[in-house]
Amino acid sequence: MILNVDELKFMYRNKGILDEIAFSINEGEIVAILGPNGVGKTTLLKCLNRILVPKQGAVSVCGDMIDSLELMEIARRIGYVPQRVETGRLTGFDAVLLGRRPHIGWNVSEKDLRIVEAAFRTFGIERLRLHYIDEMSGGELQMVAIARAFVQEPKILLLDEPTSALDLKNQIEILHRITHIVTEHNIAVVMTMHDLNTALRYADRFILLKDQSIHTCGDKNVITADEIEAVYGVPVMIGELEGVPCVIPRCLCNGNGNGKKTKIPQDEEGSTYVRNS
Amino acid sequence: MDNPLHFADGELPEDYLKYTHRKVLWILGGILALFFMLILSISVGAVQIPPYEVFMTLIGQNLTDKWDRIIWNIRLPQALAAIICGAGLAVAGVAMQSILRNPLASPFTLGISNAGAFGAAVAIIFLGTGRMTSTTAGAVIINNPYVTTICAFIFCMLATVAIIAIAKIKASSPEVVILAGVALSSLFTAGVMFLQYFSDDAQLAAVVHWTFGDVGRAGWPEVYLMGAIVIVACIYFIANRWNYNAMDAGDETAKGLGVNVEQLRNVGMIVAALVTAVLVSFLGVIGFVGLVCPHMVRRIIGDEQRYLIPGSIVMGALLLLVSDTVARLIVAPYVLPVAILTAFMGAPVFIYLLLRGYHR
Repeated sequence: MILNVDELKFMYRNKGILDEIAFSINEGEIVAILGPNGVGKTTLLKCLNRILVPKQGAVSVCGDMIDSLELMEIARRIGYVPQRVETGRLTGFDAVLLGRRPHIGWNVSEKDLRIVEAAFRTFGIERLRLHYIDEMSGGELQMVAIARAFVQEPKILLLDEPTSALDLKNQIEILHRITHIVTEHNIAVVMTMHDLNTALRYADRFILLKDQSIHTCGDKNVITADEIEAVYGVPVMIGELEGVPCVIPRCLCNGNGNGKKTKIPQDEEGSTYVRNS
Repeated sequence: MDNPLHFADGELPEDYLKYTHRKVLWILGGILALFFMLILSISVGAVQIPPYEVFMTLIGQNLTDKWDRIIWNIRLPQALAAIICGAGLAVAGVAMQSILRNPLASPFTLGISNAGAFGAAVAIIFLGTGRMTSTTAGAVIINNPYVTTICAFIFCMLATVAIIAIAKIKASSPEVVILAGVALSSLFTAGVMFLQYFSDDAQLAAVVHWTFGDVGRAGWPEVYLMGAIVIVACIYFIANRWNYNAMDAGDETAKGLGVNVEQLRNVGMIVAALVTAVLVSFLGVIGFVGLVCPHMVRRIIGDEQRYLIPGSIVMGALLLLVSDTVARLIVAPYVLPVAILTAFMGAPVFIYLLLRGYHR
């Protein structure tokens, strides 16, 4: 067990956001946090590495309570990739090198440079090394941000919508690489996701959030049409296409039983949908 | 680079190192230019002293007593004050731009300089520390500079405390801080105008004269004091360069990297405000340097704080020293306050850099 969350409760001002959240994660696992917009997926992620401080409850990382650790020590154990990163006039290499921040003293060492260089190779983005990040596309920037979290050499990686800015090829590629690194280095990944198909394909376990707490939690078998409808309020079909599980929303066209509900569940639509982050 | 096999895993990234070395060369070039400019600045003036003799005097040789007196008592403190003030304003500027996440932020965004001007106006008008002695050139004097300085400093610190308190209440939200700074700025400007409206001619002249920042006001004690504070501030910001890089990548990224963003903002703001307060109360209002020097450096060597902070320090020092030298010469035998010249000198260079775009 690498991460353990117990009775976590988070309030924003006086509004309850998360309540009675409890789960644990093992080495080598990829866990997807699923749920509709505004349910508190990102908030939960931020509570795990103390970007937000929960009102109650305990989070422990590698056996230590997180509030007993210094910020830099947390950063050496947990990497975090937010949905949005700011850009500036610096190169991709500079941006990834920043991921070594928790490990560097006064200045970067040769080791830091070698690690960053290797990360660019591992992710296959060598061409971005000396590109300015304010000239990169959303997808390239996301690759750089994920590479930055990897050179942090964390035990746990928190990814907030890692694929939302990526095109189909990049989505598959980056998740494939993440899966590879997770099994090779025995680290754990917790990611929030909107795309159920991608989540089903790459995650080992799922946490479905609804009404401030965990609705269901478990492996692929918990993702059923009923559960998804219960969490997202949208009827879906689940099937397999050449062995790959697929989730497709049923038609919500006017006229059927759900006629009043005109909201289109766009986020489940598939990999090609690109959110503007 | 096209051939991935060319780099074995863990090889040193030579092209990146070349890229960073180029930035280091720019900064070293700036320091060299600053050194030559210092010699030149001391050499020129009403009494011309050849550069070589200036250099010999600076390293301790006594050539003539007259030159010694001019160099050690007048020109060197003024040149050093220009270097210290330029460096301090530029480092405060580059820090404020990062802290407030706003390219228009500068040491004066927080209203500190206007608070200083208000403090000086209070001292001149109510405490009678300034008056006009005659109608010839250089007539306006501040006859009790210490009281004026202390009063200006008190009001600078009042503004600083107000800003810090607002930042604390609103959890360091950059937008709130910058808006509060604009509000304070306007408040103190209105205060100065109010005082000026009810002051007599001599007081009015003294107040206006005070606001023209002039590095010539500094003697050795002021140079030591300002120097110590600016050096400490520069060391603080350079030591935190990685944290500023992290903050530039976004608050969440920074927190994920273990940076205490709120604390970094608050301490950075206090240090930048303190530097500004000291410089403004000793020398008066010198605009432009803090806002524009960081942007000049950004255009030349980019936003990476490891190079941006030292680069801005050098650029600020250089710009103010050049401006002061020109200010002493341009309408000789009269000496202009440097504040008038900084924008004249800096703006054309800055506009050129804006038009040229980023250096590659």
